[in-house]
Amino acid sequence: MSALHIKKGASKHSAYNLRPNFSDTQERHTITVLVENEPGVLARVIGLFAGRGYNIDSLTVAEVDHTGHLSRITVVTTGTPQVIEQIKAQLGRIVPVHEVTDLTVAGPFVERELAIVKVVGEGEKRVEALRLADIFRAKVVDSTLSSFIFELTGAPDKIDAFADLMRPLGLTKIARTGVAALLRGE
Amino acid sequence: MTREMTGAKMIVQALKDQGVDTVFGYPGGAVLPIYDEIFLQNDIRHILVRHEQGAVHAAEGYARSTGKPGVVLVTSGPGATNAVTGLTDALLDSIPLVVLTGQVPTFMIGSDAFQEADTVGITRPCTKHNWLVKDTDRLAPTIHEAFHVATSGRPGPVLVDVPKDVQFATGTYQPPKPTASHYQPAVKGDMEEIVELVAAIETAKRPVFYTGGGVINSGPAASQLLRELVEATGFPITSTLMGLGAYPASGPQWLGMLGMHGLYEANMAMHGCDLMINIGARFDDRITGRIDAFSPKSIKAHIDIDPSSINKVIKADIPIVGDVAHVLEDILKVWKSRGRKVNREGLAKWQGQIDDWRSIKCLSYAPSETTIKPQYALERLEALTKGRDRYITTEVGQHQMWAAQYLGFEDPNRWMTSGGLGTMGYGTPASIGVQVAHPDALVINVAGEASWLMNMQEMGTATQYRLPVKQFILNNERLGMVRQWQELLHGERYSHSWSEALPDFVKLAEAFGAKGILCKDPKDLDDAIMEMLDYDGPVIFDCLVEKHENCFPMIPSGKAHNEMLLGDAETQGVIQSGGAVLV
Repeated sequence: MSALHIKKGASKHSAYNLRPNFSDTQERHTITVLVENEPGVLARVIGLFAGRGYNIDSLTVAEVDHTGHLSRITVVTTGTPQVIEQIKAQLGRIVPVHEVTDLTVAGPFVERELAIVKVVGEGEKRVEALRLADIFRAKVVDSTLSSFIFELTGAPDKIDAFADLMRPLGLTKIARTGVAALLRGE
Repeated sequence: MTREMTGAKMIVQALKDQGVDTVFGYPGGAVLPIYDEIFLQNDIRHILVRHEQGAVHAAEGYARSTGKPGVVLVTSGPGATNAVTGLTDALLDSIPLVVLTGQVPTFMIGSDAFQEADTVGITRPCTKHNWLVKDTDRLAPTIHEAFHVATSGRPGPVLVDVPKDVQFATGTYQPPKPTASHYQPAVKGDMEEIVELVAAIETAKRPVFYTGGGVINSGPAASQLLRELVEATGFPITSTLMGLGAYPASGPQWLGMLGMHGLYEANMAMHGCDLMINIGARFDDRITGRIDAFSPKSIKAHIDIDPSSINKVIKADIPIVGDVAHVLEDILKVWKSRGRKVNREGLAKWQGQIDDWRSIKCLSYAPSETTIKPQYALERLEALTKGRDRYITTEVGQHQMWAAQYLGFEDPNRWMTSGGLGTMGYGTPASIGVQVAHPDALVINVAGEASWLMNMQEMGTATQYRLPVKQFILNNERLGMVRQWQELLHGERYSHSWSEALPDFVKLAEAFGAKGILCKDPKDLDDAIMEMLDYDGPVIFDCLVEKHENCFPMIPSGKAHNEMLLGDAETQGVIQSGGAVLV
């Protein structure tokens, strides 16, 4: 290394270090992808993940610029650092992709998910469900004498926690939107 | 300058405006309006193939030998699905193609109509990009965009699916606009990284250039700049299968091809180097062998136009994203401005080491006076065609590796082979595509008999268009490479790896209206090759060769570059169970 006078910081200059360097540590990354909203664009993104064996933990998509016909896809994925780098590079190759941002790397970001949760029960359990919903600032969006549907927004782990608490109180169905996320600040 | 016309006419007009002179295709119900327009004009030549796979490989041969995109026109359903292998082949080898497919009319899409297939769905993973055009007004801009995407950045195949009603309907034609697309990959490399690479070049004791198909794809200027850099630095250079010809095989610094069946000196130089400069190659598994033992002591620079190639397999210490020609130009500029320094002392020692490796003569083989050794056949082919205006295509297998080892390529775009996908049946149609582009050149498809049979129907195309392609078949009556692996890995149990009931190739040639030549005696070989070369028309040359010859050198699966096998004596029990699962 010294013979070449290259200062590469932590880089080990050897393929021997490839595996340890790109260790088996699984990292969770939230990546947003700005795409042209044309037919098949979501299939391209999903097909990339399936075809190359990457994980999708969560995926949301909607058109965010109606005049420019641009959609924002927010995908939460887990993988080794090397896999995460590959995912971003591979996403960047897709022709209708305009921009790929790894929020986990780019800085602090806000991450929100919406869930609607059906809880069926009567008596004490029903009262307790309503009390917990209040603590979580969940809204009641539908009610019968024996059921509620709650609407809840928050980070995915908040929704997980709410669902865990509701399960013994009669949670029967849950629908989640997946994560939408943006960088904090300007 | 916009004009009203039908979609079908628009397609032909767009192709003309894109400078297309040749289309490889096969008609069918869903493209009849386009074929009608082709009938009514004389600017674009249509080559009728015998199978849609052949059309795509022919277009690949055309593209690879000219540097221009290849164009294919096929019908819906089976026309499109037959093109899938060719599209995948072009994707893996980064060959620019524009494939036009017919589709059932828009109002029938999704109804399981006759010859309907979800073409954009099927071809999404095997194209760089594809489009279904539902509006005639969008047709011309989409085709122009298709040419732009196929040829910009890392080249690749694209597909435009055109429903039949869109071909019949009238719309407004729009000519190409230079800045219409948002897709504009960067071509200039990062200056800081380039300076870092130049600093490494100045001090390296054991450097090696490792070049690939990216140099060819970048264009003739890239090969020219590469030659200048190699000559000026005196560094040794090796290349992947896809990059042969970028640096001349007769050049003093040439080490030969590297990789699984690469030359000993090339692989040993890769293993022992302290600076590896990867130019337009992608650390394919045929190149690296065992990853964790790949060139353990080197700093690795990687120049590639595709950011996803960097750090995909091997960690790059000096990553440079950019077009090869642009980056090489900057490297030369910076290196010259800093005084053209290299480590002369280190290089002299390194050259001595390389000369020692060369002296092993890894391509030597046991000659025979009674049977034609495949290596001998290629040595003679090389000797008798050297210096001619020659283009070589190949099929896939042992003959392909021998061709890469024993034939010398002096210029880029002269060598067409299926590298990434390894498509048997590539060579015959590719040779046709090359010959169409270069009517007066000598075009030879070096083939094995098994691969050759996979697309032999294209001999009809060769005869129809009087394309004097030479099909040089090394016939060992075996699937040679499969047989070799079964010998090394599967206890010599040759499961289904022999070619039984082979046709009489001479009669087959005559049936196609071509000339057939049979040769089985080494003493007759030169005369027979000359007879092939002198014949003004397509030839099938049936060269009966040694049946059980193995291809060496070989890096067995799961082994490192310095664990090469050089001959049969070393092959017993070399591939352990861990390597056996690799392909």
